Amino acid sequence: MSNAISSLFAGFKKSPLGDLGGLGFKGLSSDKITKAVLLLSSFIILLVAGGMVYSLVEGAIPAFKEFGVGFIFSNNWNPTSGSENYGALPFIAGTIITSVLALLISFPLSFSASLFLGEYYRGTKMAKVLGMMVDLLAGIPSIVYGLWAFYVLRPFLISLGLPNQGFGVFTASIILAIMIIPYATSLSNEIIAMVPNELKEAAYSLGATKSEVIINVTIPSARSGIIAGYILSFGRALGETMAVTMIIGNSNVVPDGLFSTGNTMASVIANQFGEADGLKLSSLIAIGLLLFLLTGIINAIGKFIIKRWPKIIRFYFQNRI
Amino acid sequence: MKQLAILILAVILLQACSSSTNKKADEKSANISNVSLTAAGATFPMPYYNMVFKTYGDKTGTQITYGGIGSGGGIRSLTDKVVDFGATDAYLEDVQMTEMPAEIVHIPTVLGAVVIAYNLEGIDGLKLSSELLEKIFMGEITKWNDSKIKSINPDLNLPDLAITVIVRSDGSGTTHIFSDYMTKVSSKWADKVGTGKSLQWPVGMGAKGNPGVAGTISQTQGAVGYIGSEYAFAMKIQTAQLQNSSGNFVLPTIETVSAAAQGEIPADTRIMLTNSTDPNSYPISGFTWIILYKEQNYNNRTKEQALATVKLLDWLVSEEAQGEAEKVHYAPLPVSAVEKAKTILHGVTFDGTPLL
Repeated sequence: MSNAISSLFAGFKKSPLGDLGGLGFKGLSSDKITKAVLLLSSFIILLVAGGMVYSLVEGAIPAFKEFGVGFIFSNNWNPTSGSENYGALPFIAGTIITSVLALLISFPLSFSASLFLGEYYRGTKMAKVLGMMVDLLAGIPSIVYGLWAFYVLRPFLISLGLPNQGFGVFTASIILAIMIIPYATSLSNEIIAMVPNELKEAAYSLGATKSEVIINVTIPSARSGIIAGYILSFGRALGETMAVTMIIGNSNVVPDGLFSTGNTMASVIANQFGEADGLKLSSLIAIGLLLFLLTGIINAIGKFIIKRWPKIIRFYFQNRI
Repeated sequence: MKQLAILILAVILLQACSSSTNKKADEKSANISNVSLTAAGATFPMPYYNMVFKTYGDKTGTQITYGGIGSGGGIRSLTDKVVDFGATDAYLEDVQMTEMPAEIVHIPTVLGAVVIAYNLEGIDGLKLSSELLEKIFMGEITKWNDSKIKSINPDLNLPDLAITVIVRSDGSGTTHIFSDYMTKVSSKWADKVGTGKSLQWPVGMGAKGNPGVAGTISQTQGAVGYIGSEYAFAMKIQTAQLQNSSGNFVLPTIETVSAAAQGEIPADTRIMLTNSTDPNSYPISGFTWIILYKEQNYNNRTKEQALATVKLLDWLVSEEAQGEAEKVHYAPLPVSAVEKAKTILHGVTFDGTPLL
């Protein structure tokens, strides 16, 4: 492998630099250099991504060999040597439950914020300030969210009478919801702002009120963009690690209720990889692979909807107007 | 203009790089004994290692970098030969020894205890028996004012508060020592939970690392959990007195932990000291070890590197280093363990000849 890479570099060195030596600066247009550099860097990215998938699959093979497809559906996580038995269900369940809950909790907030920013108060000073705040939320490192959840949110929820000392799926979902608000907001806000004014003006000229315009024109036109925004933020919630692991309770069971403790895929990997070896390590890598596939699929769906957005809109107008 | 600026920047950077490497090379040729060692492993003895490695570095010029990545990580790093020595709280079983690429030796460095820390406002001096520990950590006792806890602690005004069990979410040598003790004292535990660096816990919430468990306990009313003693003392968390095999309730102190190591120690020092028969001993005590290859010439290591490693370890079991242990709440090794460690170190070779 390393031989292949070095020979590749050697090949690159030969051609552009050879030109430089033989023909002076004439042969070496900046265009060619840029092309070579771009090709090389995109090839490296491809290599890294490919290598990552390869090593995940390779590392996960022993776990799937041992437990088969049952690995995904087993809720056993017993690391005691001699009776080792691993299943990913508690973590898959925890991941999906927290992410879906986070999406549900964040939806009303981020949707109103995007309407506020993209429609009602577009261009005003207030919208600018709010927009900045939303972007600021995106810039806060996840460990800081975790700290805040641990020291501020958790005591608050305990005082409201939440069981399990405030640890669990519910608290984790709240903190996840806050973390994904900026992603959902800024994307839907941009798309709402992109809805052509002519359309809205036409609706106004027919006597529609502002809320009628929003419900009948703005939201339908921006619908797929908004959905894509939420799907992407859902993908982000799936992979979130640090803030969740600090607050979810890290008990390796399928959560049996909203306030139950649990664990997520990213969190169990972060917690246990250090001391893991053999079958356990392979099981953790297999969970990593599953998480990778899950977020990959979610992101692909989101991208697909974004890509098809203009077409969908056109289709919509052709049929309605 | 912009390109010119980039060019100048690049030249400056290159200059900076080359001058720093030159400097390094100069230092190296000036003082060959200036070796730097890399080690990784257990977090349990990390406060002690950090302190004595610094002392040793100041004294001799040997720079030691220690990464607290966990006992398992320490063993793996040594297997991969990326460190000069590893550190672990659980000695390697015979099977694990044969899986290593070459013969390794264990050097005990210090004694530590796993304490049962709890958070009950205004209630000091909680006493726990092994039976209570079993029932609490298996979820059979769920309230602090349970009659079974009360009967052992008649003087304490225990509140009607739910017990929140906090355990390690990551694999850990601390968990290994704790579960080793539980397995020895409870057949039910041995049957259902067992011994290991990570376990399938019947109840409890997980927190990462000794600091994580300590932090969660101190933030959670009614919490109870097990942590490396140093972390509990440093954070001033309440710790319970445990009933040892002689029936005495003892606090984890330097004396009671040392008492646990008074018995016979095997020549390779691989022994768990939990549930000691000494009447004054704290029951969840144990050695922590440094592991290294018996033959030090591997992976193109220089003899200086090997010599520096062995000398450091020889100093680590000396009186000077052991005297420092108490400062960070570890107990020094008993004389018999020091003697055995020295014998083992004298058996460490480079190209077949002993280094010491």
